[in-house]
Amino acid sequence: MSVHFKQDEPDTSNRLDDMKQGVIGAPLPRVEGMAKVTGTAPYAAEYPVENCAEGVLVTSTITRGEVTRIDKDSVLSMPGVIAVIDDERLITRPAQGTANEAPQQKPKSVSYWGQPIALVVAETFEQARDAAKHLKVEYREDEGAPLSPDAVEPEEQEGETVHQGDLAHAMAQAAHSVDVTFTTKGHSSAAMEPHAAIAQWDGECLTVHASLQMLNYNITELADAVGLAESKVRLISRFVGGGFGSKLGISEDVVSASLAAMQLGRPVRVVLSRQQVLQCIMRRSETTQRFRLAADENGRLTGFGHEALVSNLPGESFAEPVLQSSHFLYAGQNRELMLKLARIHRMTAGSVRAPGEAVGMPALEGAMDVLARKIGIDPVELRLRNIPEDNPEEGLPFSSHKLAECLRQGAEAFGWDPGPRKPRHTREGEWWVGTGMASAARVHNVGEARARVTLKADGTALVETDMTDIGTGTYTILAQIAGEMLGLDPDKVLVELGDTRHPRGSGSGGSWGAASTGSAVYVACTALREELARRAGIAEDELDLSNGRTQTGQTLTDLLGGKDMAREGHYEPGDIAADFTASGFGAFFAQVRVNRFTGETRVDRMLGAFGFGRVLNHKTARSQCIGGITWSIGAALTEALEFDPRDGHLVNCDLAEYHVPVNRDVPDLEVLMVEERDPAASPIQAKGIGELGMCGGAAAIGNAIFDASGARIFDYPMTPDRVLATMPVD
Amino acid sequence: MAETISINGTAHPIPDDPRITLLDFLRHDLRLTGTKKGCDHGQCGACTVIVNGMRINSCLTLAAMHEGDEVTTIEGLGTPDAPSPMQRAFLENDGYQCGYCTPGQICSATAMLGEIANGWPSDASETLDGPIEATGDEIRERMSGNLCRCGAYANIVAAIRGVAAEEGA
Ligand code: FES
Ligand code: FES
Repeated sequence: MSVHFKQDEPDTSNRLDDMKQGVIGAPLPRVEGMAKVTGTAPYAAEYPVENCAEGVLVTSTITRGEVTRIDKDSVLSMPGVIAVIDDERLITRPAQGTANEAPQQKPKSVSYWGQPIALVVAETFEQARDAAKHLKVEYREDEGAPLSPDAVEPEEQEGETVHQGDLAHAMAQAAHSVDVTFTTKGHSSAAMEPHAAIAQWDGECLTVHASLQMLNYNITELADAVGLAESKVRLISRFVGGGFGSKLGISEDVVSASLAAMQLGRPVRVVLSRQQVLQCIMRRSETTQRFRLAADENGRLTGFGHEALVSNLPGESFAEPVLQSSHFLYAGQNRELMLKLARIHRMTAGSVRAPGEAVGMPALEGAMDVLARKIGIDPVELRLRNIPEDNPEEGLPFSSHKLAECLRQGAEAFGWDPGPRKPRHTREGEWWVGTGMASAARVHNVGEARARVTLKADGTALVETDMTDIGTGTYTILAQIAGEMLGLDPDKVLVELGDTRHPRGSGSGGSWGAASTGSAVYVACTALREELARRAGIAEDELDLSNGRTQTGQTLTDLLGGKDMAREGHYEPGDIAADFTASGFGAFFAQVRVNRFTGETRVDRMLGAFGFGRVLNHKTARSQCIGGITWSIGAALTEALEFDPRDGHLVNCDLAEYHVPVNRDVPDLEVLMVEERDPAASPIQAKGIGELGMCGGAAAIGNAIFDASGARIFDYPMTPDRVLATMPVD
Repeated sequence: MAETISINGTAHPIPDDPRITLLDFLRHDLRLTGTKKGCDHGQCGACTVIVNGMRINSCLTLAAMHEGDEVTTIEGLGTPDAPSPMQRAFLENDGYQCGYCTPGQICSATAMLGEIANGWPSDASETLDGPIEATGDEIRERMSGNLCRCGAYANIVAAIRGVAAEEGA
C-alpha cells in the first residue's frame, strides 16, 4: 500500500520528538561500518561475475573535430583483445545531475580533449589497457576552438539576473563601499573510488553494478542512452566510494560497459583510470566574480552587487550557480546580480560538492571582510547587522534562520577577538599568525522520494529504497528514523539501498537525500503506526512504541499476528517551496600561520557552527561537517584545475598534481551544531548538511591570511606564490 | 616448485602475466577486493597492504616481485566477527565516510604504529634518534600518504591515537 504526503504547509508538530525509542539524533556508529573497516563492503567494480571481460576507454587527443577512422585491426590481433566498441550510442560526457535523459552521444564528434571515443575490450585488464594505448585513430581537427572564458562573448543566464533599485547611486552615496573582483580556479570532485561499472546482459535485461548517486534518474538516463525500456534495466549501487557531484548522472563507463555487454553477450567491466576520472567526468567551472558593496556609516548595506562569469561546453545547460546564496544572505535594497556563461572547449562543467556556494560564498565573504576592515568594525558584527528580516529580493520569509546564533556561538567557542586590530599583529618565529571568519550558507533542497517499510512478523523492520549512501550516513539515519517511529532498536531495522528494484528514493545530491528519503521513510512509518494503533485500540497520536512494545505491553509480534505489514511512503515537496526561502546557515572561524619567507599557509585550528534543522545522527552529521571544512581548506589553499592554453586539456589530471588536502593539512576541527527544527524544510524538520561545511570556509582562511600577514589576496587558491607576491615586505 | 606468494597466510602461485601489479593480483585474481584502487600510480594510498611487516602501495609493485613474501591485507587484519583494534577504532570514531580509502588507512595506520614504536623519525619528530610519541602531528605527518576525499582525517587521527594509547605507543 502506498501512502502519499505532499508538504504544502509548515509542520510544527515535530512528531519525531514525541516518539519514545530515543534514537533519533543519537551518535550511533554506522550500521554498515563493520563491512567498511574489514574490507567486506563491495563497491561497483568488485562484484564477482563469472566470465567478465575488461574494457578500457580510449580518449580523444584533439580538442574539437571528427574521428575519421578507427583502425580496429591495429589492436584486434593483440593477445586477448575481443572487440573495439565505437557504437554511436556511447556517451561522450557524463549526464548532469537530475538530467533524466542521455547526455551527448555520437563519440565520433569530438568537443573536448580527453573525450571518450571508443572502448577496447579484452580478456584481462592488462591486455585491454595495452590495446587501448595502441589503437590507431585518425581525426579531422576543427582548429580554433575557444578555450578560455575571456575568449568568447558570454551568455547571460537570465533567470539569475536581478536589477533592483539603483546600485550605482547607492555606491556613489555610500559612507563605505568596496568594488572588488575575486577569481576561483576549477575544482574536481576526485572521489576516491574511480567511476566503475560491471554490465550484464541476458538477451533481454541489462543489469549494471555502478558507482552512482541518483539511481532514480540514472536508470532513465541509461535506458535512454542504450535504447531500452526502463523496465529492462536494473542498476545497483550499494556502496559508493564518494560522489561529491561526480556521480550524479550516468558516466561513460556505465554506458560503454552496457553497450559492450549487449554486443558481446558477456559481462563487461569498465573502470575509469584516475586520469580519465579527472579529464572526462565533471569539473567545477573557474569563476570571476565582481562584488559591489555599499554601506552606511553603521555598516548597514544599502547596495549589493554580485556579477559572475563561469564556463561550460556548448550544449550543456549547467552554469555554476555562483549567485545562489547571494540572492538572500545579506540585506541591501539596491541590488545588481548577474551570471554569465562562456561556451568553451574544456571538459564538461557540472556539479562538484555544493555547486554555486562552494565558490560564491568564499568570494562574497572575502569581499565582506574587505568591507569590515574599511569600516573598521568587527567582521562578525558586520554580518550580524546585515541579516535580512526576509529574502531581500523576493520578500519571502525564511523557513528558519540560525545565522546570528551560529555567528555568536561560534565566535564564543573559538575565542574570537572582536578587535579592533591591524594585520601582522602576531609573529612566532618565521610565522605570522592571525584569525579570520566567514558566514556559511547553502540553499536547502528536497526532492520526491519513495521508500517501503515492512514490519516483519518477527518484530524486525526492513527499509527498502533505491536511495544511495555515498558516505553520508543514509543506511544509519534511515534505520534511526524507522527505529524511532516504530519503537525498535536500529539494530532491528535492516536498510537495503542502491537497487532500482526498490521504490525510487531521491538519490544523493544537493544535500537533499536525508531530508527527502528520510521523509519517505517517515511517511511509511506513520502509516504503519496508524494500523498498529488501530489493532492496539489506541489513538495513533497516543501510541507509544519502544523496544518492540506499546505502552500497554502489547508486542509488535502480537499486533502483527504472524504476518508482515508493509507501507510505501511517497513524499513530495509541495507548494511550500514557493512560500519560503529555505537555507542552511553557519559560521566559520580559522586561525592560520603564514610563513614570512615561503608564503606557505598552515591552518592551526578551525571551527564551524551550523544550523541545518534537525540533526538525525550527531556522529555522521559531524563527519559531514568536518568533511566540508576539509574541502574548505583545499579550496582555500591548494585545489586548482590547470588547463593547457593550447588545447584546453586538463594538465593536472591525477592526485599527485591536483592537490586535495592530506592528513597533515587538516588540524583538529571543532563543530558546533546549533539545533533547530525547520517546520518548512521537511516533515522530519531536517535540512541539508553535506555541503554547508564548505560554503564559505575558504574565506575564513583567506581572511585569516590577511589578518596574519597583511596579504589581501583576491584569487583562490591562495598558494604560496600568490601569498609571497602579495605580502608586504617586512 | 612453483614460485609462491603468501597472502594472509595462504600460499598462492605467482601469476603468469608479469604486468599484473600486486594490487590487481589481490583484487582481481584472488578476489580480495578489500584492498582498493584509487589511482594506480602511488598517489593515494588506497591500495596500502603490509608486506613483511612494512606498509607499501600495492599498485606500485608487481606481483611477480614478491616471491616468498608475506602479504597482509585488510582481510588478514581482522574480520567482521573478529575485528582488529584499529578496525574497531575506525568504526567507533567514524574514521571514514564512504569507506573507500578505509582499508588502506587501516593497513597504513597499523604498520605506522610499528614504525613509531621502532623509533623511525618523521618530519614531525623532535629529534632523529629519540623515542617517538604518537602525537597528533606525528600521526598526521605519517598518514599523509593516505588520502581521504571524504575528509575524515580528524576522526582518523582520533581513531589512531586511541589505539596508540591502548598499546602504550
Ligand atoms: S591505488 Fe595505489 S596509491 Fe593509489
Ligand atoms: S572515507 Fe571516503 S575517501 Fe576516505
